[in-house]
This record gives sequence, structure tokens and C-alpha cells, in this order.
Amino acid sequence: MGLQAYLTLAAALFAIGLFGVVTRRNTIGILLGIELMLNAVNINLVAFARFNADPAGFIFTVFTISITVAEVALGLALVILIFRVRRTAMADHLDILRG
Amino acid sequence: MRDPGSLALATVLLPAAAFLLLALVVPLRRAGRPAAYLSSLFAAGALACAVRAWSISARGGFSLWTWPWIPMEAGPLTTIGVLADADSTLMLVLVAGVSFLVQVYSLGYLSDEPPASLGRYYTYQSLFAFSMMGLVLAPNFVQLFVCWELVGLCSYLLIGYWYQRPEAARAAVKAFWTTKAGDVGLLIGIVLLYRQAGTFDFLDLLVMVDSGTLPLAGLGVITFCIYLGAVGKSAQFPLHVWLPDAMEGPTPVSALIHAATMVTAGVYLLVRTAWLFDQTPEVLEIVGWVGAFTALLAAVLACAQSDIKRVLAYSTVSQLGFMMAAIGAGFASAGFLHLLTHGVFKALLFLAAGAVIHAVGTNDIFAMGGLGRAMPQTFIVFLIGTLSLAGIPFFGGFFSKEEIFAGVWVGGLSIPFTMLAIAAFLTAFYMFRVVFIAFAGTRGNGHGSGGHAHDGPLTMTVPLWILAALSMAVGIGFAVKHPEAEFVAPGWITPLAIALALGGIALAWLTYQRRAIDADRLSGAFAPIRDAAENRFYLDDAFLLIYRWAFLRFSRIVGWVDRYVVDGVLNVVSAWTLDAGDRLRRIQSGQPQDYVYGVALGVLLLLVWFHWLV
Repeated sequence: MGLQAYLTLAAALFAIGLFGVVTRRNTIGILLGIELMLNAVNINLVAFARFNADPAGFIFTVFTISITVAEVALGLALVILIFRVRRTAMADHLDILRG
Repeated sequence: MRDPGSLALATVLLPAAAFLLLALVVPLRRAGRPAAYLSSLFAAGALACAVRAWSISARGGFSLWTWPWIPMEAGPLTTIGVLADADSTLMLVLVAGVSFLVQVYSLGYLSDEPPASLGRYYTYQSLFAFSMMGLVLAPNFVQLFVCWELVGLCSYLLIGYWYQRPEAARAAVKAFWTTKAGDVGLLIGIVLLYRQAGTFDFLDLLVMVDSGTLPLAGLGVITFCIYLGAVGKSAQFPLHVWLPDAMEGPTPVSALIHAATMVTAGVYLLVRTAWLFDQTPEVLEIVGWVGAFTALLAAVLACAQSDIKRVLAYSTVSQLGFMMAAIGAGFASAGFLHLLTHGVFKALLFLAAGAVIHAVGTNDIFAMGGLGRAMPQTFIVFLIGTLSLAGIPFFGGFFSKEEIFAGVWVGGLSIPFTMLAIAAFLTAFYMFRVVFIAFAGTRGNGHGSGGHAHDGPLTMTVPLWILAALSMAVGIGFAVKHPEAEFVAPGWITPLAIALALGGIALAWLTYQRRAIDADRLSGAFAPIRDAAENRFYLDDAFLLIYRWAFLRFSRIVGWVDRYVVDGVLNVVSAWTLDAGDRLRRIQSGQPQDYVYGVALGVLLLLVWFHWLV
């Protein structure tokens, strides 16, 4: 299998993630969408590293995954806090920044 | 110290120190009399230094002390310092002397004032003495202008000393604005002169004029603008209207500022820059004509006044006109001489009038009468001042006035000479009118107020006697030893001057003492002039009319433009900004997903742009 296939998979995954972020009403769903997009990036990095024989991509991926973990933990904590305060986690109810 | 410069500097700095002390040490100022003593003490010191400086520079000592001021890339723009020569130190003696005597006199005159006001008065007095001396000793136009404005400020503050009285406040504002109208001309003249000559310095300018390197084209406009400053300050027609109103201030202030020193600053300026004005004879001719006309106009006005201070005020305007006429005829030294003698005897007259007002409590000469017996000392000194002003031989003003007559005649201004002759006749008449009505005659002509009148305390009488003695000394001194005149006067000038003075006195005696001529019929003979004079020749009305119809209208138009055009444009712009902001606000939905849409769309657009369009 060539590089093209990996990149196609990553692009598809990214598009699905973006679609999820944009359309999900639930904040948890939006977070899941973001995870998908990040992983699409990881696939890209790994694929390029493999085909260019450059280990930098692998190292980057390890960093990305660990940072993603932290991001998810923080994101979930925020969602829970918002739910406690506002009694809802629906994104379209959370519009206090409306101009 | 053999150097007049350091002495002159000390003369300037002593009142400045007194001013700073009184201004900054508030308890001292509020204490009143201690402040007065301190200020008078410093003024005495200044007088001593001034006399010493004069005695050195009168023997040919000359000194210039300057410090650079306003640094620029090409060296300092100008300097501050003192220029001590025979003229400036002589003027310095006059300023310091009258200033000191007036401060002593004020101790008695203002004895009923609350301490805080008295302290304020002496603070202003010290500031005035400092500013006036700075003006007199100025080595260049910049320092002269700064001090010129400072004395104007002091004049304003001291006219409005009793600021609780609306007339005094009004008079102060009027004096300030009227002189300011002339000062604008002076400022323009100085700036134009700098553009022409590249220097503000008197000595540099003098060198340029002497060597002929000063371009003469357009110099007439410059000297005329400078002359405008003198018109405002020295109360020349048509800007003389502020001086009679300035009499609302305390009488010692009138003596110092509005008779002896500040109002003569304009004359002094013209004397100081006579070499510059000599380059523009056409402007000098205007100076002469306006001066003579002012002298005549003010003399006529003085005949119609019943307020003793206003008579003196108009006579000051008239005498300033005499000085200006002499300068206009090209004999600045004659004008300067009259400035000095006038400073002495007019200060004397004002202070004597102040003693009368202090004793009687009114300014109206018809409410006085018989004061000669009640206040013999004041009567004698007032008489000495009056004889000096009228120009009687052996009294202070005789020689300088005769010098002016001769100068104007030799200068070829025959019509102004006639005007001055009539003015001199009227001067003797109106001054003796005051003498006969207020001092002679029956006691208590009016409200019996003369009954309790008596000579003032020592602080008031001693300055009066000193000034009277000085007037006499000047008159006798000139009679004994004539200074060499720089021109040959025709022999009939002296008899004419004496005859005019005696004629005026005789007419006043016949009218107001012997009552051989009915005063009402006399004034009836000149009814149109009298009516006009009683209305001050409608000049004040004219100024008021100009103020109401031109200035107020103009400011209303300017106000309309400001309110509806300038503000209107700003209001429209701000309304549009607000509206646009309100519309743009709506794209901030507060929904993160909308923003993600926006970001995704933006990335897509960038991709398309880079891929296909670039």
C-alpha cells in the first residue's frame, strides 16, 4: 500500500471529525470530533515518517497523543463544570458570548 | 561693586525675592502688615541699588549681563539679562523710587484693609516692581515682551483689587482686553522684525541699523505694529478708554501703575527703539499726529469730569500724548525727559488726591470744597504738583513740556503743535478747576464731608513731601542748569508756553474762584463739545457697539459653525460607526460551532486561492 492510501484515510477521518464538531449539539460529541481530527493528523505524521524514513514524525506523534490525553481530561472537566453550573451540556444553549 | 550691571540685577531681583517670599510663605502674606513691611524694605533696597547703578552709568558706565535662553540647534534663540545704560538706569530709579514711596504710602492708605487682602496687595506690588524693572532693563524684545505682559497682568490684578465691586472687576477686564488688543500688534511686530533681522537683541539691531545692513523694505509695517503695542499700553487714541476706568483700583495703584510707570512703558519702548523708528519717518509722523490728537482729546475730556481721579487719569492720557508727539517729531529724548518729570509730579498728584479721598471719602470734587484749610499739607503738595503739570517755570514739568513744544515745532509738525498748545492751555484750566473747587471755596460745598477732613498719617504725608521736593528740585535744577538741547528752538516758545499756562489758570480763577464768568455759560458756549465730552466722545459707546454688533455676532456665527458643522461632522461619523458596530455585532453568535464553520470556510477559501488563483 502506498502513501496515498494512508493520506486518504487520514483526510476521511479528519472530515468526519470536522463534521462531528460542527453538527453535534452535545459538547461531549464535539470533544469526540476533535479527537478524531487529532488522530487523523497522527496518521498523517506516522505515514510520512514511515515513507520518508524520518523518525521525527514518530516522536511528534508520541507528543501529540500525550498532549491529547491532557486535553481530553481538561475538556471533560470543563464540560462537567459547565453542566453543574448551567444544568445543560448542549452547545447551542451555551451562548453567553453572543454579541 | 563698580559695575552697573550687577547693581541693576540686584535691583530687579530684590522685588522678585519679595514676591516669591510673599507668594510662597502663606502665613507671612496673610499676616498683612509684616508682609507690607517686608515688601517695602525690599523696595527700599531696590531703590538704593537703582540709585547707585544710575550714578555709575550716568558717568558713562555701560553694562550688559545676559544669559542664553531658549536653546536651539543653532545656538540660543535669545537671552535674558539686564542692559544697564544711562537711560535704563534713570528709568529704573523712577520705577524703584515711586514704587517704594507708593508702598510706604499704601501702609497708611490701606490701613483699614483686612490683613489677608493687604498681603495680597503687597504681593502684587512686588511682582509689579519686578516686572517693570525687567521691562526697563530688557536687553532684547523677548524679555521686554514677557515683562510687558507681566505688568499688564499686575495692572489687571491691582485694578481689580477690590474685586467684590462689580465696577472694579469690569474695569480690570476692560483694561486687560484693551491693552491686549495693542499687545497683539507688538507681538506681530516682534516676530516680523525677527524674520527681517534674525535677532531680537537691541544691540545687534542697533549695529545692523548703524551699518545699514537691516533691510528697510517692509520696516514701516514692523515699526507700526510695535507702535500698536505702545498705543494700547500708553493709552493713545483710540485705545485710551481703559485708563480712566482703571481708576477703580486703589489710588496708590493709580499713582504707580496708571500714572508714573506702567502706562509710560509704551513711551519708554519707543524711546528705547528710537533708532529703529528713525528709519521709518512715515510711522513717526503717525505717532506724532496720534499723540497730539490724544493730548487734545483727553484734555477736553478732563474738563468735563467731576471725579478727581478721572481728571488726573485723563490728564495722564493727555501727557502721554505730549510725550508721543515729541517722539513723533523725532526728539525721543524730549519725550523721555517729560516721562521722567511727569512720573514724579503725576505720582505726587495721585497720592495727594488719594489723601483727599482717604480723608473725605468721595471722589466727587463738587462734594469737597475748602479742603485747603482742613488739609494744609495736602493742599500745598497738590498745588506743587498742579503747577508742575500746568508748566509754570521753576516747577517740575515746565522745562520738559517746553522742550516738547520746541521739538514738535522744529520737527515741522505745525498742526499737532497747535493741538498741543490748546491741550496745554486746557491742562492748566482743568487742573486749577480742581484746585479752586476742591481746595479753595467755602467749606463743605456738598455733604459737609470736608468738616472732619485732616492730613493723613506720616506714612502718607512723608512720601508726598518727598515727591513734592523732587518736583521742585527738578524744576529749579533745570532752571539753573539747562541741559543742552539737540536742536535750536525759536525764542517765542518759552513765552508762549508760560502764557498758555497762565491763561488757563486765569480762566479757571475767573470761572471758579471769582465767579466773574459763569461756569454754566462758559460750558454752554461749548455745548456740543461739552455734551460729547460728557459722553466721552461716544468712544466707549462705539467700542461697546463694536463689541455687541461685531464681536458677539461673529462669535455667535463661530459658535454655530462649531456646534453644527464641526460637531455635526463628528456626530455623523460617530453615528455611522455605532451603526456599523451594531450590525457587525450580530455575527458574534456565541456558538463555537459557528466559529468552526467560519474557520473551515476560511481555510477552504485560502486553499482555493493558493491553488488556483495564485
